[in-house]
Amino acid sequence: MASKLRHHENRDGITLVAPVTLVVAAIIVVPIVWTVVLSFQDARYVDVARNGLFNELTLENYAAVLTGPAFWQSLLTTVAYSVATTVGSITVGLVAALAFRDRFRFRAPLRAVMLLPYVAPVVATTFVWQVALNPQYGVVNAFGTRVLGWEHPVNFLSTAPTALLTVIVYDIWRYFPFAFLFIGAALTGLSREIEEAAVVDGATPLQKFWFVVLPQLMPTVALLVLFRMVMAFNEFEDVYLLTGGAAGTQVASVRVFEQLTGSSDIGGASATAAVMAVFLGVALAVYLRVTARQREA
Amino acid sequence: MSAVTVQSSVLRVLRVVVIVAFVLATVLPFAYMLSLSFVRIDDMLREPLRVLPALDRITTDTYRSVLASEEDGGYGFARFMRNSAIVAVSASALTVALVVPASYALTRLRFAGRSQISWLFLAVYLFPTIIIAVPVFVGFQVLGLGSSLVGLVIAYVALTVPVSVHMLRNYLAGIPESIDEAAVIDGASRLQILTRITVPLAMPTIMSTALFSFMIAWNEFLFALLFLSAKQELWTVSLGLTRLADGQEVSKTVLMAGSVLLTIPIVLLYGLAERALTEGLTAGADKG
Repeated sequence: MASKLRHHENRDGITLVAPVTLVVAAIIVVPIVWTVVLSFQDARYVDVARNGLFNELTLENYAAVLTGPAFWQSLLTTVAYSVATTVGSITVGLVAALAFRDRFRFRAPLRAVMLLPYVAPVVATTFVWQVALNPQYGVVNAFGTRVLGWEHPVNFLSTAPTALLTVIVYDIWRYFPFAFLFIGAALTGLSREIEEAAVVDGATPLQKFWFVVLPQLMPTVALLVLFRMVMAFNEFEDVYLLTGGAAGTQVASVRVFEQLTGSSDIGGASATAAVMAVFLGVALAVYLRVTARQREA
Repeated sequence: MSAVTVQSSVLRVLRVVVIVAFVLATVLPFAYMLSLSFVRIDDMLREPLRVLPALDRITTDTYRSVLASEEDGGYGFARFMRNSAIVAVSASALTVALVVPASYALTRLRFAGRSQISWLFLAVYLFPTIIIAVPVFVGFQVLGLGSSLVGLVIAYVALTVPVSVHMLRNYLAGIPESIDEAAVIDGASRLQILTRITVPLAMPTIMSTALFSFMIAWNEFLFALLFLSAKQELWTVSLGLTRLADGQEVSKTVLMAGSVLLTIPIVLLYGLAERALTEGLTAGADKG
């Protein structure tokens, strides 16, 4: 009986995994391949509707993407945005995790509250931020002009470079809980003995953090950096909902969206996305190389 | 005073300040949302700094008008909430139905292509969702699923599967395989092991996986925008809120009431299952 089960292992495994794999393949892999093919075609919606994937092949989209200033501007914005939100959210999350490390009253419920920005619907939180930051009726500008003595209300979301900074601050707010959660889990896993030994040896709290705690957190931090960078690089909703890509906040995926819906330039949009994916892939490979070498050293 | 005592006392004070600052920063936007949803729009425009309405100025008309159907002069959020609930419940049920057998196979069975499949699931994250969304939309149009809740559910299942497989697999890997082997000796078939042993043992994690995919589906915006923009009767809450916020005619406090309605189900669910959700997500993270 047991050997019969072993015998069917391959067949059973494939049967059990097949449905999920089919869904992922149909909804994710096929569209990606489709995108790559379209990026080599001068295709608009009509062409795709009429000819499907069989349009004339061309390198024009790539030439247009790589020689146009808009793409490089958007790439620069994306990189600045991704690095700033990644570093910001992980640093803030680390500070929060350290503050919550030792027990205090209401620690558990407050920790749960800290995750709200991450779990709450992005449409609701971006809307609240928009209203709060509005120059006419937002509470932030009212507070700034009446209490802090600002001369004018600030157009947080509609002037460069404030808009990009505001989006970055929003995303640090939205994503620090994620780093907080993971670094907090890593902190509970640390053995206290090494730290106690360092204290006995006369290490100050800051030295203890820098030389004992932080090195042990580095694997978690490295993983978070990787994960957040990839997510931030492809981020669409946060930026689109806050600014619509205006005032110097046109990150790559918002640009792709505008190429698709505004000018219905499918080929160009696909080429932009493909170049960005290659760029991200290369950056990932370099990052994995460097962190692997550091782990060996 | 030595460096140790100076740093310790500074850090002790700083820690309290930091905790208070963090709690304020996370709670205040939600408090602002909740409070404004009971404010009259003219009060808000006249006195933006007064966030808490005076007791005699509190209004619930915002909720009445956002929930009422269009025929009754409202904005139809009751229907949007029903649509969102249908989509999120179906997406989460389907995800669980697909992911449980797959995670079981990935942790227990050796079969051709096992390691490649994990990589396939990660491919989702390398491309912006927008680039996946457009071909899926065009393909669904051809199949007649384009502007329908069914199409949206299928898309959401694909979006939530990778994280769900990860969560469940971590948990199943922690259940000793000897339990399965004992069942095999007692003559249980693969299906019996899966339904009678694995599923009951993994029930807490299955529930948190279900909740997690419910939350992703409830919160999602981009697919809903592409799929359903043209069909107002199918709008989800997220889509409805952004569409109405784009125009100038709906007052901001009414939309605040809409935001509260969008947020409350998520906060309630999260409150019920916070422990299970966070532990499911970070499973394995403390091992370094």
